[in-house]
Amino acid sequence: MKEELFVSGRNIPNIDPFLNIWHWEIPVYLYLGGISAGIMFFAGLFTVLGKEKEMPTTVKWSTFLVPVALVLGLFALFLDLKHQLFFWRLYTTIRIESPMSWGAWTLMFITPLSMVWAASYIKELIPGWKWKLGILDTIEDLVIKTRKPLAWAMMALAIVLGVYTGILLSAFNARPLWNTSILGPLFLVSGLSTGLAAIIWMSKSHFERTVLTKIDIVLIGVELFLIIHLFMGFLAGSAVKIEAAELFLGGEFTTAFWGFVVILGLIIPVILEILELIGFKIPIWIPSILVLIGGLIFRFIMVEAGQITRFLY
Amino acid sequence: MRYGMAIDTAKCVGCGDCVVACQTENNVPNGYCRDWVVENVNGSYPNVEIELRSERCNHCENSPCVRCCPTGASHIVKGGIIMVTHNECIGCGACIESCPYDARYSHPEGYVDKCTFCQHRLEKGQNTACVEVCPTTCLHFGDLEDPYSDVSLALKNRTWKVLAPEAGTKPQLFFLT
Ligand code: SF4
Ligand code: SF4
Repeated sequence: MKEELFVSGRNIPNIDPFLNIWHWEIPVYLYLGGISAGIMFFAGLFTVLGKEKEMPTTVKWSTFLVPVALVLGLFALFLDLKHQLFFWRLYTTIRIESPMSWGAWTLMFITPLSMVWAASYIKELIPGWKWKLGILDTIEDLVIKTRKPLAWAMMALAIVLGVYTGILLSAFNARPLWNTSILGPLFLVSGLSTGLAAIIWMSKSHFERTVLTKIDIVLIGVELFLIIHLFMGFLAGSAVKIEAAELFLGGEFTTAFWGFVVILGLIIPVILEILELIGFKIPIWIPSILVLIGGLIFRFIMVEAGQITRFLY
Repeated sequence: MRYGMAIDTAKCVGCGDCVVACQTENNVPNGYCRDWVVENVNGSYPNVEIELRSERCNHCENSPCVRCCPTGASHIVKGGIIMVTHNECIGCGACIESCPYDARYSHPEGYVDKCTFCQHRLEKGQNTACVEVCPTTCLHFGDLEDPYSDVSLALKNRTWKVLAPEAGTKPQLFFLT
């Protein structure tokens, strides 16, 4: 019989309680990054498809949210840093192997791009708008002329950003819950879906909402499929992976995850969306807000739970 | 050259001198430490087994902490020692998350700190502070590629293990059993 009587283990009062070094800042950062990726991807997609007229909220109005979300996200990341004066060090090197590094660089490109994209529609939003500086008019002309290539760039960068929000976590092999390659696609799909939810909520056109709702139903389906895969992978894995899965299957995150993320954040909104397509009257903001809140809770849970899982020796 | 350390779990008495020596040598702030002693008690009476391990950064050959560092503050120097340059570190915490051994901590001044194998002493031809003070001489340090170094000799006729080899980081601390 091998019974563990007493393990004093490690107990360093100033270190061990703070090894869970990531708090609310990182999930918020990942969440805002995901929504931005979603909005930019669909703005780019429907521009490339030439649907600016039919889908004005997707292509134009919702993109005003993106720079705000990205700047807030970057600010959250900044708050997470413990040695903030050296923030600029992020931009003195590019380290391909470090997700944190290429995430910071992606944001460096995508934030200005989202700003000029939204700004190029400001004259349509506010009739009579005048730029104070001549140079801004030149930039605006340039953006309008190169709209299609920019839309492609935006789609590509949005996918990189969306996948990055998952890879930031999945790159850590020391945290078994995160260390699965499904996290990249899962966070991407979840980001796209939350982005869509935001657009659907803003949209006033019935046609646009119907198109987007159909896409969202597919995305939520894919997300559920990936979540099932995630747990299948864990349960077929090594001891540390099974332990990670057990946090969600009877452990402390069970109710939060299955209740708030899966049922309230995915299954109920998808049912409501289907009912709406069939013709029932559903207030448009209900499924949207459920998806948005579910996505936020999902990221909080993943960041929090991942830091509990570790190798035992 | 490849530095490594062998730690004799059978000889260690858990006095904690290595911890204090390191704190003093490296000006580690009060209440923090770069090395620590773990006591594992296994079994049930009368077959009880105690293992005492003096642990620190494993200076992993395949070091995830260096890979994930966005600024290059965590880097590898001669002999495979993993170092952190304090004024390049932004304190993002990625390396703390990436270490399977929890060998890193957030220094009160913001940057991340950890064991350096006393690189500043090695440069002067001295041994690491923890090895120097160990009263039972259960710590053995040196170049693993040199067959006559203290660590190679210690590993020669003993069985040993590394911690969590399944984490895949190729740790360079060897625990003599
Ligand atoms: S023990 Fe941790 S900090 Fe040290 S080299 Fe390995 S992963 Fe890095
Ligand atoms: S906390 Fe410092 S050393 Fe660690 S990964 Fe971030 S920048 Fe690099």
